[in-house]
Amino acid sequence: MARIFAYIVHKAGVVDDSAAELAAAAKKIDSAASPVAIVTGWGAELDVVCESLRASYGEVWKVANEALSYPNAELVRQALVKVLPSGSVVLVPHAHFGMDLSPGLSIKLNAAFVSDVLGVEGVEGASLKLVRQEFGGQVSAHVRCDTSSGAVLNLRPGAFKPQESAPINGVIVDKSAEIGALSAKRRYLETVVAEAGDVDITKHAVLVSVGRGIQEKDNIAIAQELAEMLGAAVSCSRPVVDAKWLPKSRQVGSSGQTVKPKIYMACGMSGSFQHLAGIKGNPFIIAINKNPKAPIFQVADVGIVADILEFLPELTSKIRETRQVSA
Amino acid sequence: MEILVCVRRVPDTSENEIQLNAAGNDIERDDLVYSVNEPDNYAVEEALQIAAKVGGNVTVVTVGGEDDEEVLRREMAMGANQGALISDGAFNGSDGKGIATVLKAFVQKGKYDLVLTGIQAEDGGAQVGGMLAALLDYPFASLVNSISVLDGGKLKVSREIEGGNKEMSEIDLPCVLSIQTGINEPRYVGMRGIRQVASVEIPTYNASELGVAPATVGEAGSKVKRVDYFVPALGKGAEMLQGDREEIIAKLIELMKAKGGMN
Repeated sequence: MARIFAYIVHKAGVVDDSAAELAAAAKKIDSAASPVAIVTGWGAELDVVCESLRASYGEVWKVANEALSYPNAELVRQALVKVLPSGSVVLVPHAHFGMDLSPGLSIKLNAAFVSDVLGVEGVEGASLKLVRQEFGGQVSAHVRCDTSSGAVLNLRPGAFKPQESAPINGVIVDKSAEIGALSAKRRYLETVVAEAGDVDITKHAVLVSVGRGIQEKDNIAIAQELAEMLGAAVSCSRPVVDAKWLPKSRQVGSSGQTVKPKIYMACGMSGSFQHLAGIKGNPFIIAINKNPKAPIFQVADVGIVADILEFLPELTSKIRETRQVSA
Repeated sequence: MEILVCVRRVPDTSENEIQLNAAGNDIERDDLVYSVNEPDNYAVEEALQIAAKVGGNVTVVTVGGEDDEEVLRREMAMGANQGALISDGAFNGSDGKGIATVLKAFVQKGKYDLVLTGIQAEDGGAQVGGMLAALLDYPFASLVNSISVLDGGKLKVSREIEGGNKEMSEIDLPCVLSIQTGINEPRYVGMRGIRQVASVEIPTYNASELGVAPATVGEAGSKVKRVDYFVPALGKGAEMLQGDREEIIAKLIELMKAKGGMN
């Protein structure tokens, strides 16, 4: 098996959680592998990152260049193409940066590409058997990838569990001199931080979260009534924001807010991994969906097969009734 | 501005439960409702809005078979000026790179300033746009959620990154952008619009017309192959509440009280 490289995502001197997951995935591909961390960046932040990776990677390749201060995928790609040996297997976290970098990187390395990999099920010579999900997670697929001329694999965050191991005191290898001049036809300008919304869904203990099953804007009121009854807030999944039924500040997920409620009511949503990535702190998840095969039922604690447009108003009125009796 | 939008016809997951077939090696494809891949539809709308603002033409293209023509017509009913169907048995079984190779050949037959794709297909890997850009040596941006046209052959684009933040960049034309859902509000297409383009001729291109070597695409050219579909053995899964509606609601209220969700 070819040498395995892990592309390390970092920000403000802090290594992303994915670094340990990539190391675990490398071991699944080749248990004898000593994967190499490859880190691009600039200045003191980059040095801090490389130093902290020595505990978990035997070798850390440092690629320093002022042009790489901000991770512009086009520039990072140019640097990686110059530094990576041919035939390498490159692991990248499947998040916004990996989606920007990896397809083009695979072309420039003449390597195979598989995105959003959830599992490694077998290795036969240069052929890897990998697991992906399709159709919003409704079915999984086995994929065979020929790595004989190298491969770029984007790995789903959270899918590979980091392994506990003793610190290994790896070496830092400075590869900066190999990359030469970098120039890009796409230039980073600035990051615009999301506007705060009217309601801060990250501060609520109970969230009534609605997905595509809410069907139209007027029906948001159904969730709002239940939320008011519970002292909860209404949050949502991406299709509801795309349809402009709720503002972006209400969206839970990797491209939205990260929430830590005690109770999360997932109403009329399939439960895509991007959405679930925004739910932390192991809340009690109640899933209500009319499709008994909806993937959300795999991760929820309690499931109810029902149309939310009928179920939520009934639940609201029952709670109201109960309160009137006890009051 | 000459804009090309790459679209695909896919099983609509909001209309179908995707299930395994009896043999367990593929999804059950009978009776599936197909539609245009959702992010691709946003890409077409974006192209139409740009063309309306700065002038130009919008072409929609797909790689597929006769059945796939319907999504081209749908997007032409939305307002795309022309469609093109790329179809050849040699393309069957192509991986992402194979499809990108075919599209590259098509792009090079024309003269496009801007090429758009949807960010990802329902059964795809969010890969063709980035691969196509690399094959063409065009700049690329993924997860694009706003575009404005600048003077001097450039665009200002924003990418959707974590936490609802936006990464703003300037990108030279020609370029490839993969479009995220929510970038705009795609216009409604009625039956009348579909009828108006029903008889418009859609040109078809095969491998030899595009100058694509069959060995570089299709099954033969693919390093990545889907072996089968399966439904994974689940973990514990949810405890499904049973009974009539009243019983279910009573149980749910008890559970919510127990978990501290009701005062």
